[in-house]
Amino acid sequence: MKITMTVNGKSVSRDVAGNTLLVDYIRDHLRLTGTHVGCDTSQCGACVVHLDGKAMKSCTMLAASAEGASVTTVEGLATSKDDLHPMQIAFKENHGLQCGFCTPGMIMTATDMVARYQAAGKTLTEDDIRHELEGNICRCTGYHNIVKSISDGASKMTSA
Amino acid sequence: MSEGIGARVLRKEDKRFITGKGRYTDDIIEANQAYAAFVRSPHAHARIVSLDTSAALAMEGVETVLTGPELVADGIGNIICGWGITSKDGTPMNMGAWSALATEKVRYVGDAVAIVVADSKSQAQLAAEAVVVTYEELPVVVGSVEALAPNAPKIHDNAPGNVIFDWEIGDLAPTDAALASAAHVTEMEITNNRLAPNPMEPRSAIATFNEAEDHYTLYTTSQNPHVARLVLSAFYNVAPEHKLRVIAPDVGGGFGSKIYIYPEEIACLWASMKSGRSVKWTSDRTEAFLTDAQGRDHVTTAKIGFDNEGKIVGLKVNTKANLGAYMSLFSSAVPTYLYATLLSGQYDIANIYCDVQAVYTNTVPVDAYRGAGRPEACYVVERIMETAAREMGMDPAELRAKNFVRSFPHQTPVIMAYDSGDFDANLKQAQAAADVSGFAARKAEAASRGKLRGMGYSNYIEACGIAPSAAVGSLGAGVGLWESAEVRVNPVGTIEILTGSHSHGQGHETTFAQIVAERFDLPTENIQIVHGDTDKVQFGMGTYGSRSGAVGMSAIVKAMDKVEAKVKKIAAHVLEAGEDDIVIEGGAVKVAGTDKQMLWHEVGLAAYTAHNIPEGMEPGLKESAFYDPTNFTFPAGCYICEVEVDPETGVTEVVQFVASDDFGTIINPMIVEGQVHGGIAQGIGQAMLENVVYDAAGQQLSASYMDYAMPRADDLPNYSVHHASTTCPGNPLGMKGCGEAGAIGSPPAVINAITDAIGNNNLSMPATPSAVWAALQDVSQKLAAE
Repeated sequence: MKITMTVNGKSVSRDVAGNTLLVDYIRDHLRLTGTHVGCDTSQCGACVVHLDGKAMKSCTMLAASAEGASVTTVEGLATSKDDLHPMQIAFKENHGLQCGFCTPGMIMTATDMVARYQAAGKTLTEDDIRHELEGNICRCTGYHNIVKSISDGASKMTSA
Repeated sequence: MSEGIGARVLRKEDKRFITGKGRYTDDIIEANQAYAAFVRSPHAHARIVSLDTSAALAMEGVETVLTGPELVADGIGNIICGWGITSKDGTPMNMGAWSALATEKVRYVGDAVAIVVADSKSQAQLAAEAVVVTYEELPVVVGSVEALAPNAPKIHDNAPGNVIFDWEIGDLAPTDAALASAAHVTEMEITNNRLAPNPMEPRSAIATFNEAEDHYTLYTTSQNPHVARLVLSAFYNVAPEHKLRVIAPDVGGGFGSKIYIYPEEIACLWASMKSGRSVKWTSDRTEAFLTDAQGRDHVTTAKIGFDNEGKIVGLKVNTKANLGAYMSLFSSAVPTYLYATLLSGQYDIANIYCDVQAVYTNTVPVDAYRGAGRPEACYVVERIMETAAREMGMDPAELRAKNFVRSFPHQTPVIMAYDSGDFDANLKQAQAAADVSGFAARKAEAASRGKLRGMGYSNYIEACGIAPSAAVGSLGAGVGLWESAEVRVNPVGTIEILTGSHSHGQGHETTFAQIVAERFDLPTENIQIVHGDTDKVQFGMGTYGSRSGAVGMSAIVKAMDKVEAKVKKIAAHVLEAGEDDIVIEGGAVKVAGTDKQMLWHEVGLAAYTAHNIPEGMEPGLKESAFYDPTNFTFPAGCYICEVEVDPETGVTEVVQFVASDDFGTIINPMIVEGQVHGGIAQGIGQAMLENVVYDAAGQQLSASYMDYAMPRADDLPNYSVHHASTTCPGNPLGMKGCGEAGAIGSPPAVINAITDAIGNNNLSMPATPSAVWAALQDVSQKLAAE
């Protein structure tokens, strides 16, 4: 079946099997491989993208369910090669990644988290960040520097 | 030099990872690519009665279905263990046959029996389900103690009693005599729980056979692609080495589990040759739990004796090591030379004896997982020291300090010769950072909130950069444990470093560039690190055992020595000066004390144009080196953990974790701290959350992230990480290694803290809320009885 959506600001259309997951549509058909798959039970969060502005595990929904939607992947976060998103800069500056595999999902979750707290006028505390990361697993960093990165990214997003 | 040794340089590799431009194996799609799925045994132990692939072969999109007997008929060799261990009685270890696809018997749930190749992933999976295998189920054994029982099911014909080896180290009679004469003896049973390594990137492989060139290419999630090529060629007969290129591109974590050459890579290479297609396989997470080599799983009894002043007189240890259904690549070394050799800990112990029975069970093979043997040793030593201190009514830190090794080199009774260290310095630094003197007040304050607060120490030592090659060879290793490097200075002066180490999160692209930047006074942006491709790097031993700094970087230093010598010769010739007067600084090669100089890139150009170089000198500026260390390195440190337990629920929170490590020279403190954080997280995970569980039928009950408790952000604290370092005398940079220390040192600190909080020493890992709660009930029953 033909599935059309907007990905990173561009309208895309692909003919795929009806049981194609959104993550496979993104990775195998659009060849945007920054979105990863780290488990098969919607636990690890390596596949998080933004669907109509909200963080979503792309391994857990069919591409067909995203028909007509607007999807942002990690590749679509920076406005240009030299103009990274403040959260991307924060992960680099705070050594918030090691092997890099969970990183796209972490960054997509983090930007969503900060946007929600800012929209609600709430301060994002360290406890909040740790609680909000319930759906994202990292095996390398022990989370210390991820929490620091998100905290710093939140400040950078506020001042941006 | 701001980017040299000791600088917190931000990582060169980060940009591609934060922008989604990393290139992991599963991101690659080859031309004419098909997908593989494996038919796996649902039984832990069974005879294969029949295997019918006809229905699967008839399905849409299916290219081929291949089985074990065909693999054997094509001459593909059995999977081997590369470290031979000799038993007490002088006999070699009993290595059972392991075919990449099972032929007559399956020995664990997940054992592969067939590979299906189809046009799409889902077609391959559907067809795998259509392969009909009839099994005759056999009795199952999952635990090491049960496997050693007289009537236990027999797993391999050539391993009577399921014993792989019965090995010993140290002197039995003097140790027994010392314990018999001891003023105080502490005896414990200690279990080290089985863990699943769980790098976030599942294993993946793409094999391509090019018939026209009789050549294979394998993309794979490997920590050591060169060793993979060697083993695939020399032992599995997949292809001769010069006809096989192995590439490990970006690899998403390893922790040991990606050292080994697994059945899936062998089967994909062979299936590519059989089918004429590129064959890709990517593990899903449950498949990873069922097939990635697991870690730990020791059952130990230990006995330590003290004289009446608290000095250790002897330590005697027996360990039963569960190695699973087959012997994985380095499995035999883990519970022997990587374990019992560290039983002396940081202490001066005259008499040590340890014997180890390694056994087969109907479980996933066990091999090195972050720390590999050393966490198990540290857990034994640091749990029994803490327990002994409590029994003798001594301060646990004082008892440890009373027994510290203080003069180096120090020969232990179990092979290791410690070369350097200052254990008092680490202890004092950790105690200051942890505010140990304020603990009593914190405990009282916690009690006022109804919480039980406890504190636990762990003073670990470990061994990294296993070497020298001749020594490990004499202990049974099938490989040398040196490292190679090549330094290529381009005509424009930029530099490529080719290394046999492999980075899968460690940040080598940054730290390796830093040591080059330091030596030649150049910016790191002019330096590129090349690794992970057997067509580019000639050979290397890969990354594991925290060896890339102490061994991998040392090889680069040796190659840089040669480059520096040639640069100075060229500059001396061109500038008409003596070689001894040439200095390299500020991007230039200068005659000291004069204004005569060549810019760095002018030397490069001079070497390649060869218009004006010393007579007889070869053109070009490229040097290589192989570095074989003279000894292991010995990172050590002191970890102090503080916990609060809710006595109503057993829920335990790590409220403070302090680490003071001695890693020798540190190239990039930011990256080293990150390694320690991650290691501690895995250690806290082992101590409080993680556990691989099998039922009596050998079914793994913990084979998904719904069932296996991976540490999450809200399970863990921030870490307070410090360094008190001594220089390692054994390598040119003075480095010791930092990759595994956190996972080695932390579990006993956590359990010592929890048992201190609850007043019951009888607590096993993982200390889940229910385990802690049960231990608390045990205490209250004891108190009620008293």
